[in-house]
Amino acid sequence: MNRYIPMTDDDRRAMLDTIGVPSLEALFADIPDSLCLRGPAGLAPPLSELALRRRMRELASRNADTDRYACFLGAGCYDHEIPAIVSHLTGRQEFYTAYTPYQPEISQGLLQAIFEYQTMICELTGMEAANASMYDGATAAAEAILLACQATRRRRVLVSDGLHPHTLAVLRTYQQTGHFDLEIISLSRGRTDADVLQTKLDPQVAAVLIQNPNFFGVLEEMPSLTAQAHHVGAYLVAVVNPISLALLEAPGRYGADLVVGDGQVLGNAMNFGGPSLGFFAAGSKDLRRLPGRLIGQTQDRQGRRGFVMTMQTREQHIRRDRATSNICSNQALNALAAAIYMTTVGQEGLCEIARQSVSKAHYLHDRLIATGRFSSLYDAPFFSEFAVRCEDSPVELNRRLLQHQIIGGLALSDVLPEMENDWLLAATEKSSRSDMDQLVERAVL
Amino acid sequence: MHGPEFLKYTKNHEWVDLDGTKARIGITDHAQEALGDIVFVELPEMDSELQAEDVLGVVESVKSASDIYVPLSGTVIAVNQEVSDEPELINQDAYEAWLVELEISDPDEVSGLMDLDAYEAWCAEEN
Amino acid sequence: MELIFEKSRPGLHAFSLPPSDVPEYNGDQLIPRHLRRSRPAGLPQVSETEAVRHYTALSSRNHGVDSGFYPLGSCTMKYNPKINEDIAAMPGFSAVHPLLPAAAVQGCLAVMYELDQALCRITGMAQFTLQPAAGAHGELTGLMIIRAWHQQQNETTRDEILIPDSAHGTNPASAALAGFKVVEIPSDADGCVDLQALRRSLGPKTAGIMLTNPNTLGLFDRQICAIADAVHQAGGLLYYDGANANAILGQVRPGDMGFDIVHLNLHKTFSTPHGGGGPGAGPVGVTEALAPFLPGPLAVRQSDGTYDWETVHHPLSIGRMKAFHGHFAVLVRALAYIWTLGDEGLREVSETAVLNANYVQASLRETYDLPFNRLCMHECVLSARQLREQTGISALDVAKRLLDDGFHPPTIYFPLIVKEALMIEPTETENKAGLDAFILAMRQIAAEAAHSPETVRQAPQKTPVSRLDETAAARHPILRWKPPAEADQ
Repeated sequence: MNRYIPMTDDDRRAMLDTIGVPSLEALFADIPDSLCLRGPAGLAPPLSELALRRRMRELASRNADTDRYACFLGAGCYDHEIPAIVSHLTGRQEFYTAYTPYQPEISQGLLQAIFEYQTMICELTGMEAANASMYDGATAAAEAILLACQATRRRRVLVSDGLHPHTLAVLRTYQQTGHFDLEIISLSRGRTDADVLQTKLDPQVAAVLIQNPNFFGVLEEMPSLTAQAHHVGAYLVAVVNPISLALLEAPGRYGADLVVGDGQVLGNAMNFGGPSLGFFAAGSKDLRRLPGRLIGQTQDRQGRRGFVMTMQTREQHIRRDRATSNICSNQALNALAAAIYMTTVGQEGLCEIARQSVSKAHYLHDRLIATGRFSSLYDAPFFSEFAVRCEDSPVELNRRLLQHQIIGGLALSDVLPEMENDWLLAATEKSSRSDMDQLVERAVL
Repeated sequence: MHGPEFLKYTKNHEWVDLDGTKARIGITDHAQEALGDIVFVELPEMDSELQAEDVLGVVESVKSASDIYVPLSGTVIAVNQEVSDEPELINQDAYEAWLVELEISDPDEVSGLMDLDAYEAWCAEEN
Repeated sequence: MELIFEKSRPGLHAFSLPPSDVPEYNGDQLIPRHLRRSRPAGLPQVSETEAVRHYTALSSRNHGVDSGFYPLGSCTMKYNPKINEDIAAMPGFSAVHPLLPAAAVQGCLAVMYELDQALCRITGMAQFTLQPAAGAHGELTGLMIIRAWHQQQNETTRDEILIPDSAHGTNPASAALAGFKVVEIPSDADGCVDLQALRRSLGPKTAGIMLTNPNTLGLFDRQICAIADAVHQAGGLLYYDGANANAILGQVRPGDMGFDIVHLNLHKTFSTPHGGGGPGAGPVGVTEALAPFLPGPLAVRQSDGTYDWETVHHPLSIGRMKAFHGHFAVLVRALAYIWTLGDEGLREVSETAVLNANYVQASLRETYDLPFNRLCMHECVLSARQLREQTGISALDVAKRLLDDGFHPPTIYFPLIVKEALMIEPTETENKAGLDAFILAMRQIAAEAAHSPETVRQAPQKTPVSRLDETAAARHPILRWKPPAEADQ
């Protein structure tokens, strides 16, 4: 028996006697003979813990991790510093081995933590309510569209071309369900083209989606775009980076109807792209339309404060084919990490992280431009990420930098084939001046 | 579970209070009993035009959501905002807590409704 | 217990950064004034000790698998191996950016490729996408593949998905989200798909059927071959909801049962932790014919032994379901589990899971009702119907009373077709002594219901809070904390 199975032969015999069957095989009598597997399925032989650790460590060593490499690659996943307490606390078994808190009396820890998470997301976004998490920023954007269509009873959706290409791809996939029609609003000089938006807006439009800072790091004119959408009664869905909200106006303050985004930057490791979390915030008018789990405050029989999953009639296990979403498992542990992160860095720390990321991105940008070998792709204010046009192929540049333990920016042709010479670089508070100087030096060799 | 004699009833456990071509609609005591504590009621907008058997709204308890069907065709001329704000009123007195008032468009449909005896027999049969 | 916001005091922080080593760019120049934040976000301000004490105190108010027995039906709450946590936390996996060139992430690609191969062998499918984030997300992926397949066959009128009345709620919710109409199929007296009713529902509008086998009653549908034939003959596809795959590891494969599409819940069957509700992972496997429809990109192994993303993506692909590559950190844990157990170990998993469930069923069938009197698979469904009629004590009361004995209760009131359902899934990682203690507790509660029902109704008494007022929570939702001054307004 493998080491996770705590059963002796005597146990098994006694249990089979109680059941009243002669053998383990007899328990599987319902499986038709013709279907039963006769031999092994062909998996590799079992590994001991030592052998497993060695094998996995060998595989891990074949990846360029940011413990060993300086990282200027962002594009929706960022190398921020994660305080030590985050993994220590999320690593407590009471949190990570628990299931969905269906029994609130023995799940108050997670329920309260997620209630606090919801509050922090509301504070950051300036909204009235936030759910307990979605899979990621891309699927949260898809859910926002579904909500907006339901609320407005319309189905045209205008999406800025400044959304992350993966988000756009996910929205195109979800569009195949037939619930909405997508139209792309092009960019002009790196920003959502307000004139194009104006020509496409009409009273059939359910929602306008704008990412800010957009995929190219550029700051969008959120207040005026919101006003444009509201003029025809459409929802404005702001897709935002939560760290940027330390310095940028809270979407609720300029009137965004829904605020979504990816919460990886809030204390979640990059993990080769997942799991992170999607956050989803709304105004009070849409409470009953929210997808996914919601944690609410209440009292126990002695009048003590407690927390429960609430308004569950929206959800699949009750409403089945009429649920507001099919989501069941969410990203509770990632949301917990986000809450612990926000608690740790606090109000001032988040501002400092954002300020340093912005300053460093501008330092790197200016150094690259000063070499004369790079030019700004867009002449527009940017946050902690920016695109430059290169004389050489960015793919080639990245290859060269990797040899010097530097992960360069995204060769934009990887996701947008027409942008052959364009390079998207991101800085965080971790980016050191010496690494940035190195990058510039190596990039012009 | 006895309801007032003067009301009409439906197999979906709604009651109808007819006054000429106006009809107030609610859910029966039997229905509220089965649902348990009602936490939310979703009602149609004013002036909605409904056909008999259309979904009129939804009544929710903590762990269930039940559609309410409109038994008669007509236009919504009043919506009970008090019940929307305080759904517990339905639990307190289901026959006071009307949901909507309709101007009915097809008086012939009234003959399809049940009187109290028929409704009680229906409930017994359902059990 | 106080909220973190109530512990917050201005000026405290739990974090330190080195001072910036670049010139401070003035915010005024960088961010136009009208786009700048006008009011700071009200995040907590606490010291590091306070933060650690807060979340540690919260964790002590939570029950995990390591705390004790967790027989939550349909959820497969098995032990989550510690070594898998260590492996996922290796910087070579956790601190890796998803958009690095393939040459710089050979290890990650190998993990994905190897997991795909292993899952294919375990399920009898041809290829997997590892992108779906969870079971329900896998369902949506699979249903979109069904839709795309029929469209490619010019069968555009097939818009109905058949789903048994015992199914998980995600099945109908996913089908509706994918744009299908849901046709419910009743269960027969044996607890399985009513074959006659199924045949009546099949027709030119049938796109497919979603099945869990063993189903949510923990019963293996013996007619699976007849069901598969009937659905295929009607032109539909079969979707396997893998939520209950723990019962069949190494015994029988969905591919051999006739399924065209399969999702697996790695966080159930393959031991990755549930994280208090997520993250999960819901890889989707398909037959050869459906492989071109999978979301991409997929990791492939080249003839020279290196790994890459497939270079050309198939035009029939339904497209991306998620940013990046799925829940990689979950995938690496699942692969570690499979590599630890191998064929033999996985077979032991299903054998022991089924043994444990049948032992609980056999031991409690005299005390509680057994709606379907036959051997079960990895879970058993009992009912407190008679108990409720005789004593007034409901399944909910039984569940709450179990809390005082230190057990996580079973799933209750599901599946919907069983009144007062108690759905018990012990999993294979529980020993006989643990099961015996649970069985004893369940019997004692039934006895207590008869002689002192009030004790049961007042339970739980030993938990940090007693029963909570869910009605008030839903009537007047409070979904966030507000500072006292704002809350008064």
